[in-house]
Amino acid sequence: MAKFIIGRVLETIPVLLIIVTMTFFLVRLAPGGPFDAERNVTEETRRQLNEQYNLNAPLWRQYTDYLGHLIHGDLGPSFKNSSRTVNEVIGAGFPVSLELGLYALCVALTIGLAAGISAALRPNTVRDYAPMTFAMAGICIPNFVLGPLLVLVFALWLEWLPVSGWDRPSEKILPAITLGATYAAYIARLSRGGMLEILSQDFIRTARAKGLSEARVVLRHALRGGLQPVVSFLGPAAAGLLSGSFVVETIFQIPGLGRYFVQGAFNRDYTLIMGTVLFYATLILIFNMAVDVAQACLDPRQRRA
Amino acid sequence: MSAVKLLSMALAALAALAALAGCGSARVETKSDKGEQQNVLKMGAGAEPQDLDPHVATGVTEHRILMALFEGLVSQDLTTLKPVPGMAESWTVSDDQTVYTFKIRPEAKWSNGDPLTAHDFVYSFQRILSPKFGAEYADMLYYLRNGREYHDGKITDFSQVGAKAIDDRTLEISLVNPTPYFLSMQIHNAWFPIHRATIEKFGAQEKRATPWTRAGNLVSNGPYRLETWEPNKVIRVVKNEHYWGVDTLHLNAIEFYPIDSELTEEHSFRSGELHLTSGAPISKIEVYKKEHPELIHINPYFGSYFYRFNVTKKPFDDARVRRAFALAIDRGSIVKNVTKGGQEPAGSLVPPNATPPGEGVYTSPVTLGMNVEEARKLLAEAGYPNGQGLPHIEILINTLESHKQVAEAIQNMWKVNLNADVTIANQDWKVYLSSLTKLDYQIARSSWIGDYHDPFTFLDCFATDRGNNRTGYSSVAYDNLLEKSRSTKDPQERLKLLEQAEGILITDAPIMPIYFYTRIYLQAPELKGLPPNPIGIVDFKTLFFER
Amino acid sequence: MTEGGPNTLEAERGVSLWQDAWRRLRRNRPATAGLVLLVTLVVVAAATPWIAPYSYSAQDLEMGAVRPNLHHWFGTDQLGRDIFTRILYGGRISLLVGFCATGVSLLIGVLYGAISGYAGGRLDSLMMRGVDILYALPFTIFVIILMVFFGRNLVLLFMAIGAVEWLTMARIVRGQVQSLKHKEFIEAAYTLGLSRRRILLRHLIPNALGPIIVYTTLTIPQVMLLEAFLSFLGLGVQPPMSSWGLLIKEGVETMEEYPWLVIFPGIALSTTLFALNFLGDGLRDALDPRAAKD
Repeated sequence: MAKFIIGRVLETIPVLLIIVTMTFFLVRLAPGGPFDAERNVTEETRRQLNEQYNLNAPLWRQYTDYLGHLIHGDLGPSFKNSSRTVNEVIGAGFPVSLELGLYALCVALTIGLAAGISAALRPNTVRDYAPMTFAMAGICIPNFVLGPLLVLVFALWLEWLPVSGWDRPSEKILPAITLGATYAAYIARLSRGGMLEILSQDFIRTARAKGLSEARVVLRHALRGGLQPVVSFLGPAAAGLLSGSFVVETIFQIPGLGRYFVQGAFNRDYTLIMGTVLFYATLILIFNMAVDVAQACLDPRQRRA
Repeated sequence: MSAVKLLSMALAALAALAALAGCGSARVETKSDKGEQQNVLKMGAGAEPQDLDPHVATGVTEHRILMALFEGLVSQDLTTLKPVPGMAESWTVSDDQTVYTFKIRPEAKWSNGDPLTAHDFVYSFQRILSPKFGAEYADMLYYLRNGREYHDGKITDFSQVGAKAIDDRTLEISLVNPTPYFLSMQIHNAWFPIHRATIEKFGAQEKRATPWTRAGNLVSNGPYRLETWEPNKVIRVVKNEHYWGVDTLHLNAIEFYPIDSELTEEHSFRSGELHLTSGAPISKIEVYKKEHPELIHINPYFGSYFYRFNVTKKPFDDARVRRAFALAIDRGSIVKNVTKGGQEPAGSLVPPNATPPGEGVYTSPVTLGMNVEEARKLLAEAGYPNGQGLPHIEILINTLESHKQVAEAIQNMWKVNLNADVTIANQDWKVYLSSLTKLDYQIARSSWIGDYHDPFTFLDCFATDRGNNRTGYSSVAYDNLLEKSRSTKDPQERLKLLEQAEGILITDAPIMPIYFYTRIYLQAPELKGLPPNPIGIVDFKTLFFER
Repeated sequence: MTEGGPNTLEAERGVSLWQDAWRRLRRNRPATAGLVLLVTLVVVAAATPWIAPYSYSAQDLEMGAVRPNLHHWFGTDQLGRDIFTRILYGGRISLLVGFCATGVSLLIGVLYGAISGYAGGRLDSLMMRGVDILYALPFTIFVIILMVFFGRNLVLLFMAIGAVEWLTMARIVRGQVQSLKHKEFIEAAYTLGLSRRRILLRHLIPNALGPIIVYTTLTIPQVMLLEAFLSFLGLGVQPPMSSWGLLIKEGVETMEEYPWLVIFPGIALSTTLFALNFLGDGLRDALDPRAAKD
């Protein structure tokens, strides 16, 4: 296992380099530059700005300069948020997104697994249909609808919770639910399917036939295999959750990282795009690695291979 | 314990937690109630400001905050729209109206207590004009003698530029041409002074993007100073004890909340967390007008919404076709049914009341209304009777729901009135801008908000080869009139020349005016002292709470 | 030789996996209902130009945002266009995008994931790092560049959506295949000398169908909503045409004032999804190779 993990960690370096290289050239290929604005700047000013941000140099030179800074952990200044560096933007935004992501993940896992597993244990009964209908609603109502809807009901009509912000605990409930709902629905459906699959298998029947308690059958035997699809899904999902959500952060006015992914791209803020992409890529790699490790643990036979 | 039980218990705990938190926050007092008691204004600031460096910031959002932090030579009384003393307590103008001599207040100080002198202004002007700095608004200072030459690097000696500190308290500014709106331009952040010692502590004079604008670093000269700046959360400014007029300030502090979604901003306002918003969602205008007319404010705003024609491509290389299209839309219906924000249908480019009161009268000479008969005739004359032979036409917009709705309405009007086959293409902001600049479009949505209170800010855009022209339009007569107006001393004479120029522009129709902007915002009833003004400025010096 | 002998054999062969599955699917009430509903939706979408009461672009600015009434069953939008008609037309786009783009992502994702999981080792590693790279690339920029080079068209839309949506599918299939490939029946097939291709297509993928079907039914709504985002970038439907995703996205802004603008397209989308899910569950049960033995 240790060898496996070390191997995977070493693999990340070329992967990250490929991502950096592709992103670097992709963003410069997209039309519109960071300094285009409704009020056009003069040619002279544009030249000066490009000079300040090292955009006049030949492309290969810009690329090697960027890599040079990157090796030292310097992601450069943000073009749009000109008084801050990309390191600072990520450093300030990530803890917030991480916190929100963790709450949402808890919501998603708790609700999703409870609904999915209880549905799978009593397929085609009310205890299946009720939670599954709920889960379906979670998928049908996208977060850009659910967010404003929750605000309207709980903040403006009932006045139980604040409309936005990120200081008090009460301000964190609606965003966590909004962000977690879709994922809960996914997890519910995937876990129901996976559990049904496993529960129909011979070894479960054997276990039941041996007279083991239902709880023991489910906990010790069925969960391992049944959650396999959920675990596969969780890798990218967790990376997405923890790196923030543009929609939820905008609706609830949360100073997280998610907005910068979208704003960076729209503003052609080259350094910010590079920084956030690199950061997200690292998260993806870590989580997908964690998933592979978890899968190996869930399935002893795979570990052997 | 079974898995199901375990999970359902966790679920119950979560629900209980939610309920508990819910009860806990049952509102007794809102954020803004508390603000009012402490004389703290909470306002929506639009988007997160890109920077608080007055020489880097370009947006309306940033300008609003900078107005609290900085002050130029001259301020403006928002009721009379007349220049009033700012950092300069008085000024004189030479007979040929090209030399202004400002007397800086003896009590003028920076927020750290340092004295503010005429040299600070010279230093600031030099910074924004520096050929290395790359200030987007450097051309605002081209009015200074040799300002442009210095910026382009043709002159390297700043003493040749028309800004001189005669002594600590006397600043002499020489302009290229008489510029009647020179004083009103001073409320633009490009003219604001910056603190030399602070700039140089964090980098060279011409270095952009240093951390000098952070809370704790920023030294400013306006009525308020920066206390905290938490990106995407809040910017808090507090009374600057060293400000010359500190005794007249009513508000102890101002908190700017950068809320980019108008819907979220309205929610915050409704739940009592904001006293003042930066805008209002279109759909809420009717509701507020009906249910809470005292909360919604709709004021004329110095901006124009219009469509550009690409005059370099068929069929819009023909002025008759452009005019035909411009005559075939019902502007009244658009503002009444689509934009719904009290906008005024625009028959010309320059909005009404284009000059401060008492500085001459400007009347747009030609105005376009709807005249379908005339439009069809023009189209037939151009060789497209009943729209036959017209190529497929595309309206380019940047993606925004309100632009889309206007475009859809216009698309339909052209279809019905001219039998033209029109589609709408939307692009994201930067692609859209690059299409405009490359003239890679047929018709494009556009708008312009005046940089200063004068018709020239609008008309100058369409001079030949201007960066903001973006239509390919070029008229010698038009250029000559604008050029002539620059050197004309008599204010009314000058405006007459501009009127003639606009006449040419509307007749040639490289653009099709649609409506004049309004500024729509929500304001708590206890907040007073915000006179409606066409330049959309909030003067924090006059705001107060009434209880 | 008895009379019944060869005939029974014949019958055994005749009832293939698919026929058997179809039979069992028909017995599943919710699944049949879902199927009927879906077919109806597709037929209605196809017939929209003939059955829509209004034109999707016909405006009446004076009749903007009118509540549902006898003339406009679902009300009108701010430009006075009939929402019922717009939902009918929007359905054409959404269903087309939903099915086609999901189809693309299904095809790529399943094959890619199965090969990767089955091959294991170096190739698996390489293929999965490829997936990681695609996950990380900035999607917005990617779409903008696609549009610059190829202009806007529907095929591009499918490509763009397919390009992101197959990634998670590939990971899920890979995970399934990995855990299946050491199962006895696969190892038995291997010892029997079946070709890798045959094992992959006839044994591994069918046994991973459960999660594949579930995830596919989850992907379709995702895709329909993603289409709304791509429309934001300019790739996607051209105004005045609309889609369910776009109608919902725009309707949210005015949810309080004109709730019908978001409710009706929301219902349209939800109905489709419920139908799809019941059908999906039914299909999963019907195709379950083990259930067949019951």
